[in-house]
Amino acid sequence: MSDTEAEIETIESLPLDAWHRERGARMVPFAGYSMPIQYEGILAEHTWTRENAGLFDVSHMGQLSVSGEGVAEALEALMPGDFSALKTGRMRYSMLLDEEGGILDDLMVTNAGDHYALVVNGAVKWDDIGHLREHLPDEITLTHHDEQALLALQGPKAADALGRLVPLANDLSFMQGTFAMWGDVPLYITRSGYTGEDGFEISVPADKVAMLADALVAMDEVKPIGLGARDSLRLEAGLPLYGHDITEQTDPVSADLTFAISKKRREQGGFPAAGKILEILAKGPSSKRVGMTIEGRMAAREGAPIFAGDARIGTVTSGGFAPTVGGPIAMGYVEAGHALSGTKLQIEVRGKMLDATVTDMPFVPHRYHRKKKA
Amino acid sequence: MTTYFTKDHEWISVDGPMGTVGITDYAQEQLGDITFVELPGEGDSVSKGDSVSVVDSVKAASDVYTPVSGEVREANGALADEPELVNTKPESDGWLFKVLLSDASELEGLMDEAAYKAYVDSL
Repeated sequence: MSDTEAEIETIESLPLDAWHRERGARMVPFAGYSMPIQYEGILAEHTWTRENAGLFDVSHMGQLSVSGEGVAEALEALMPGDFSALKTGRMRYSMLLDEEGGILDDLMVTNAGDHYALVVNGAVKWDDIGHLREHLPDEITLTHHDEQALLALQGPKAADALGRLVPLANDLSFMQGTFAMWGDVPLYITRSGYTGEDGFEISVPADKVAMLADALVAMDEVKPIGLGARDSLRLEAGLPLYGHDITEQTDPVSADLTFAISKKRREQGGFPAAGKILEILAKGPSSKRVGMTIEGRMAAREGAPIFAGDARIGTVTSGGFAPTVGGPIAMGYVEAGHALSGTKLQIEVRGKMLDATVTDMPFVPHRYHRKKKA
Repeated sequence: MTTYFTKDHEWISVDGPMGTVGITDYAQEQLGDITFVELPGEGDSVSKGDSVSVVDSVKAASDVYTPVSGEVREANGALADEPELVNTKPESDGWLFKVLLSDASELEGLMDEAAYKAYVDSL
């Protein structure tokens, strides 16, 4: 068997490190931290989350707050979201863009009342902080809350479980957030996540996170879930993974993330590379991120070339066996002429050509808790 | 019948001129849930150390190297429908392929069960 795990110079521990090890997690280096890749097994953990509730430690992610006079406008100069219209307690998915329109990171932005709360990817959080410090005006305050841990509770039974500890959580709809107390522990809870299921992300002081994690996994419907299942769940949900499906070399339109460019921002521009991005939006991108389902059982992974007949027309950016779908799926970029749902393509894996079909994403329907329209 | 082990976590069980090859329990545990096994073709001529099979798990694809040279005589067809046999019975029903040895002296460099156990304990 081959062993190709890369070595990373310094690996730091997160607040729940011992907690994961006590529960039999296999720990691996990820984003500079030692993190649980799995407990009992990725397939079982994936299915558990789709049917019950899975608890994920996502404390490696960067929790930032941004405040000050004109903060919404300052954030709008760096991202294509409409933050001045974002009401208190509401959140949006957005992207930090560079001057060429490349994606520096994707992130969640919540209007938390007296500040905006940003949750950014662990692997690039230090770059994000540097970028924000450099580009935000001096009167805007940026704080990195490394004293906070972050848990995600995901799955159809997440609301029942968290509601027992914090009833207020049940009042939230998808993409809403609130401060809440669990006993004397202050939490910030958002109804969000990256699995396609209903669920929550819970910001909690690092010295209380083990207590909260214990209280959650003590419930019959909650089990701890590792990074492996987090990846297969987000892939089935059609959600891009930064550094793989979206990078500085991809723009929001090619990445099929135009929903994150609000109507007002399309009309007014004013975000990085707005001219270029709006032109791509008007003319259509030359290549596009799509989902693909693959015949058979062999998985196609990052880097696999995609063909239409003899012509190389794209590359897989992430893929693997999808437990809920029951077969291999992939995400990748293909030339625009081959991006329509139903298009037949071939993906080369270890010298074999696998038949693939462009498929609408998500691969597994989202089950977010949305407010019913009156 | 004698079973030998490699540092790459393959086993080969030898009965006369025929060897049956699989991956060890330690290897399947490291790989996690196996979803697909790519097997060598019957009649393939293989050389010791060649990557002749790929075990695909939910996590990653991993090469399997043949511990001996020879000719592949049979591949485990049951794995097409039940790749998880490599997880549940890695050292019996989850075997990968059978090879007709061309040079039995290649076995001399491999570990016996006790040596392999000590090797895994040292990892």
